[in-house]
This record gives sequence, structure tokens and C-alpha cells, in this order.
Amino acid sequence: MLSRTAENLYWLARYVERAEYLARTIDATLRVTALPAAYIGKTNEWDSALLTAGVAASFYQQYEVANEHNVVDYLSFSASNPSSIRNCIEAARLNSRSVRTALTSEMWDTINSAWIELQEVWSKGTSTREDLAKFLRFVQETSLRFDGSAYRTMLRNDAYWFSRMGVHLERADNTARILDVKYHVLLPEEEHVGGPLDFYQWSSILRSVSALTAYHWVYRETLKPWLIADLLILNDTLPRSLASCYGNLVRNLDQIGVAYGRQGPAQRHARGIRNRLEHSNMNDIFQHGVHEFIQEFITDNSRLGEIITKQYLI
Amino acid sequence: MAVAFDEMNIPGGDLRPAYQELARWLKETPPEALEYRRQEAELLFRRIGITFAVYGDSESTERLIPFDVIPRIMSGKEWALLEKGLKQRVRALNMFLRDIYHGRDILRAEIVPDDLIFQNPVFRPEMNGQQVPHDVYVHIAGIDIVRVDAEDFIVLEDNARTPSGVSYMLENREIMMRLFPDLFARHRVAPVERYPDELLSALRSVAPQGASGEPTVALLTPGVYNSAYYEHSFLADKLGIELVEGRDLIIKNNEVFMRTTEGVKRIDVIYRRVDDDFIDPLTFRPDSVLGVPGLMSAYAAGNITLANAVGTGIADDKAIYSYMPDIVKFYLGEEPILKNVPTWRCREPKDLAYVLDNLGELVVKEVHGSGGYGMLIGPAATKATIEAFREKLKREPEGFIAQPTLALSTCPTCTASGLAPRHVDLRPFVLTGSKSTTIVPGGLTRVALKEGSLVVNSSQGGGTKDTWILDE
Repeated sequence: MLSRTAENLYWLARYVERAEYLARTIDATLRVTALPAAYIGKTNEWDSALLTAGVAASFYQQYEVANEHNVVDYLSFSASNPSSIRNCIEAARLNSRSVRTALTSEMWDTINSAWIELQEVWSKGTSTREDLAKFLRFVQETSLRFDGSAYRTMLRNDAYWFSRMGVHLERADNTARILDVKYHVLLPEEEHVGGPLDFYQWSSILRSVSALTAYHWVYRETLKPWLIADLLILNDTLPRSLASCYGNLVRNLDQIGVAYGRQGPAQRHARGIRNRLEHSNMNDIFQHGVHEFIQEFITDNSRLGEIITKQYLI
Repeated sequence: MAVAFDEMNIPGGDLRPAYQELARWLKETPPEALEYRRQEAELLFRRIGITFAVYGDSESTERLIPFDVIPRIMSGKEWALLEKGLKQRVRALNMFLRDIYHGRDILRAEIVPDDLIFQNPVFRPEMNGQQVPHDVYVHIAGIDIVRVDAEDFIVLEDNARTPSGVSYMLENREIMMRLFPDLFARHRVAPVERYPDELLSALRSVAPQGASGEPTVALLTPGVYNSAYYEHSFLADKLGIELVEGRDLIIKNNEVFMRTTEGVKRIDVIYRRVDDDFIDPLTFRPDSVLGVPGLMSAYAAGNITLANAVGTGIADDKAIYSYMPDIVKFYLGEEPILKNVPTWRCREPKDLAYVLDNLGELVVKEVHGSGGYGMLIGPAATKATIEAFREKLKREPEGFIAQPTLALSTCPTCTASGLAPRHVDLRPFVLTGSKSTTIVPGGLTRVALKEGSLVVNSSQGGGTKDTWILDE
């Protein structure tokens, strides 16, 4: 297939995944900030939301304070924030248009109708909490529908695999960023372990990666920080964990390798990351520092993005 | 202006035969039902994303072409005549191009004046002596046809460069079949759906000699911001070929390759929807980022077929148009089946004098204009506009031709105040491959939605209709 087509499919999937993640982050932040201050402590949750979205620096060039109004606006609707939900949807639509021939009509319809529907939101904004909640839900549902359409209607060939790679690479990045911003509340040596304050922080983390229920199914335990870290980093049964994303990335890259009859640096690099995740346990990770581990992962993950681009997309 | 020929109603109350069943159906169908289906059609177009862009329009970058749900109907007999005429015309266009870029018999015979060719910016000296496979230059032609009476078909314009609109022909039919199954059940409408197949075999048939048995065809688009982008992606999809942009292609050893995820892959035929000017910055406009540097040398080396060929603009130029009846006679020794609109060549002093005296009744067109821009429709223009145009015409007479204002035929069309006649034209698509010239029965009917308007161009408020050829 054309390199440009593969590139578009890959980025299309990334944009949709990112839009969903942003919607979840805002959702989770709205929930936690609605609690009385005594439950969440003094941290500015809207600041954290900006950090996990990786746009704090550009935000402060335009706004003074990170409060609900400003951050929701910047993450959702801002045309000047390149990774706002709005720009993700716009970019997804543009990419879809460029690769219409590689999309199934169900996938095109999902993106195009969401884009049409959202034009009104862009022009009018959301005036009430209810509107905002509806909007955030719509974005998440669009992503689910897109993912479902891809899963149910695409041929299992390189187009599918490139699109999946976009999903998993973006997802791994998102999960890692949450951990990066919130790692401090996961540290076991914090003295107030189990206090109400952290409980809400933890459930917020799990909510933003839609893993709150999953946690209870996996561990049958009250929320414990190291188990949360274990779930998000190492547990490959959780679709948003780093381990699961890398299991999938390795699989997709292998499928491409087989189809094309050759492997390359992307396959090797992905396998290297997966192996490291497979052979780690939380004790070691905490021993060596969660923060360092996560930061290293984020670097490795975006490096994989560069390698894939070089090997296939240009 | 005289009352226009209506394709459905005969003055006095009778119906033309092809429309009888439609008329019955219209009587049975309440107007609300029509309106409801019309809205449904619009929704479908928007969802599918069948849009076009209007340049210089900041309001909305993507627009829908209004679709009128009342079909335009022709009998099989009418079509047979039109089809014959179209094939004749396109054969002549191809022979003319072959001649202009080789022996130039027609210039020596003084049928067409030299300067109209050699001083014409759309003449491409790069094509002199260049062989094109099977001598086919115009693989895809869109011939704009109008009617003024029940007998004749008149060519308004030949489009031999990168004619567009065929996706509307195909999508209009799909949508009509979805919305009006009952109406189709009552007619025998000749299908149009094999167009993509015929296009692909025509394109494959003209692959360069060195190409493999299964030549690789790609469609070259200027990209998503082009006004016809939807059509490009639609056709690539239907043909099952790659939709490429200039940046996807590279030239190595005068061969053309596309960049794929598995390395580069050779291409044999390019169905290009990029104009000559932009196709190769090394040969034509150096500022073009849409083209492929070096494509023309690969073309000259005979390693790639471009469809349509480079330099076909010289055949559909408005200045050449008026010579078409003679061109047909010269190459084929036959009387032209399709008529031309009588045309005054403003470059000729006698014609110019007449045109200047009769501006109020004439349509004056720029020789190099398109899309309905830059033209004067005398009867509809204000005095001031006419006077301004007169000055332009005097300054540069060779840039213009003039034609009588034709009373284009009308067809019943949905309007705010119910069904009413509106002026229409027709663009059938003529495909030429190595062995044959084919036309799917039908084409794109464009309709001027404003009452009395004669401008059918989509960029200026025109709409489209499904075109039915009855298979009797």
C-alpha cells in the first residue's frame, strides 16, 4: 500500500484514540474536582489534566489560571491547541478524506457524521454541565464506534495493522502519561496510604483509563497504589496497560513483517520493549523508581513511533 | 427569448412518450412525499461526503451540489443517435490531436489557422512527435450537450482535459434507486454502473508496450483540497487502484514508481486529474507542488501512459471549437452528427463587428475560460455590464468568441413553488481505449435551478439530476 495511506491510517487511529483519552481525562477530572476540597487535597487537578495531555506549556501562554473553564475549553474546543479534541476530530476527518479508499464505509461514516454533528458544538460551545457531559460522552462513543467498525469491517491486511498500531502506540503513550503525572500518589512509602485523599486520586486515575471496574475484577481488593501501578503497567489482560499495548504492537508488527516477508528495526525495537515489560515486576520497578521507569518508557515508545515512520510511512 | 423546448410537455397539453410513466407517477405522488425524499437525498449526500469545494469561498469549504429528484428521461432512440454522434466527435478529436502533434495535415489544408495552434498557450510543443500508445490522446472525454428542439443534439463544449462529474452520474443513480424503487420498477432504465469497469479496461488497454500483462494503474489527484477530490477518491475506490498524489511518486531511470510500505512499485498508467500546467515542475510551472518532477521525461521515454495525454487542451479550446464541424469532415469524411452552436470568432473583424452590434442578444465567452466564469450573457446583463464587456472585447478580440443565446431545453424540476421547468444540459462521458470507444447510457444532467437562468455550473448555483435512458 502507499506509504502515505499507511501514514494516514496510522495517524487517523491515533487522533481518534487521543480524542477519547482527552474526553476521559476531562470526565475524570470533573468528577474529582466536584468533591469537597477535604477529599482531594491541595493539588490542582486541572493542572494535572493539562500535564497528562502534555499541553501545559502552551496552555500557560494563553491563560493565567488552570481552572475548569479554561482547561475544558483548551482541551476540548480550542482551535489553537493542536491536540484539542476539536483538532483531533478535524485531523481525523481530514485524514479519513485522504484515505477514503482504504477505509470501510462504516469507518468513514463514523468519522464524517461525528464531524458533521460536532460542527454545532464548535460554533456554540457547551453552555451547561449537562451539555459538556453529553459532548464528552459523544466523543467517547465515536471512538468506540470507530474502533468497533474497524474491528468488524476491515480486511485483516496491512491497512488494518497500521491502523491498530496507531491505536496501541497512542494508548500506551496516554496511559504512561497519566502514570507520569500521578506517580507520586502511587508511591507506597507515602505516609497517608489509604487515606480518603488518595482514594479519590486513585479512582480518578483508573477512571480516566476506564479501568475502575477492571481493577476490582482482577484484584478483588480495595484500591492499593502498587496494584494500580501493576494493573496499568504490567497486567496484559487490561487493554490499556502498557504490557497489553506492547503485546498488540509486537503482534501487528509481526503480521506486517510476515506479509511483507521481512522484519526491520521497528519489529526489534517493539520486541525489546515488550520483553522488558514481561520480565519486570512491581517490586523492581518501585525499587528503581516508578518515575524513571515511566519516563524511559515514554521515550522508548515515541522512539518506536519514529522508527515505524522511517521504516514504513515515508 | 422564445419559449424553450420542454423535454416532457408538448405545448397543447400532450406528453412526450418517454415521460408518460413519470407523469402518471407524479400525479399519484403527493408533493410532501417528494419533499421528504428530497431531504433524505440531501442527507445521504452529506453523509457519504459527496461534496465539492468552491475556490475563494470562505463561508464553507465543502458544499453539496443540489440534487433534483425528478429524473431527466430520454428514449433509447434519442440516445442511439446521440451515442453515434459522440463517438464520431471523439474519434475526430483524437485524430486531430494526433495530426497537430505530428504531420499537421489539417494546417496545410488550411482548415484551421496556424496561429490558433502555435500561439495558443494550451498547445504543448513538448508533445511534438511524441508517440502515445494506440494514438489515443483523449481517453476520457466529457462532451457537453444541449438541446433546443426534439431533433438535434448540439455540442456546447468539448472537455478533453480532465473532465469531471462522472461520480455524480453514478451516485445520483445509486441514490435514486434507493429513494424511488417504485419508480424504477415502472421503467426500464439502462444501467450506468459498469462505467468504472469500462474505464479501467480502457486505461489498461493503453499501457506502454513494456508494461506487464497486468499493468498497474493509479489515479493522480491534486489532493484533498481540490474541488473534485471526492470524485477522485470515489473513482480510485471503484476502480480498485491507488489514489496517489505527486509526493507519492518518484521517477527513477525514466520510470515512474509509487512509494509503498513495501518499497517502491512501478506504475504503467496514470489517470491524472492534475492539469498539464501542474503535472511536472521541471517542464511546466516550476512552482507546482502537485506534480512529479521528471514525469515528462518518463513520458517522453514511453514508460508511462498519461490519461488524458498532455496537450489535449488544444482540441477543446473554445477558439478551436468553431472549427469542429470542419475537423470532423476533414478526418472522417462524414457529416457531423452533432451540431455546433453557431459561433462568431471575434478575432475575425467581420464577426467582431457583428458581435459588437449585437452584444445584448449574444453570449460572449472567454476563449480560455471555464466553469461559466468570465462570460457575458447579453439578454440577462445590465447595460453597464455590457458596456464594460464591450471595452474588454475591443481591447482583446482574439480572446473571445460569441454565440447566440440558446433557449436550452427544460425539464420538470422541484422548486419552492412546486414542479416547474428549468434549463438543463448533459455531459455524457466517452471512453476510448486501444480497441473501442464506449459510452455508458446516460451522463450528468446539470440543471439551472434559478428560474430563467441558463448557467448550469455547480460553482454558480446549478444542480444535478439523474439521467435515464429508457431501454425499449
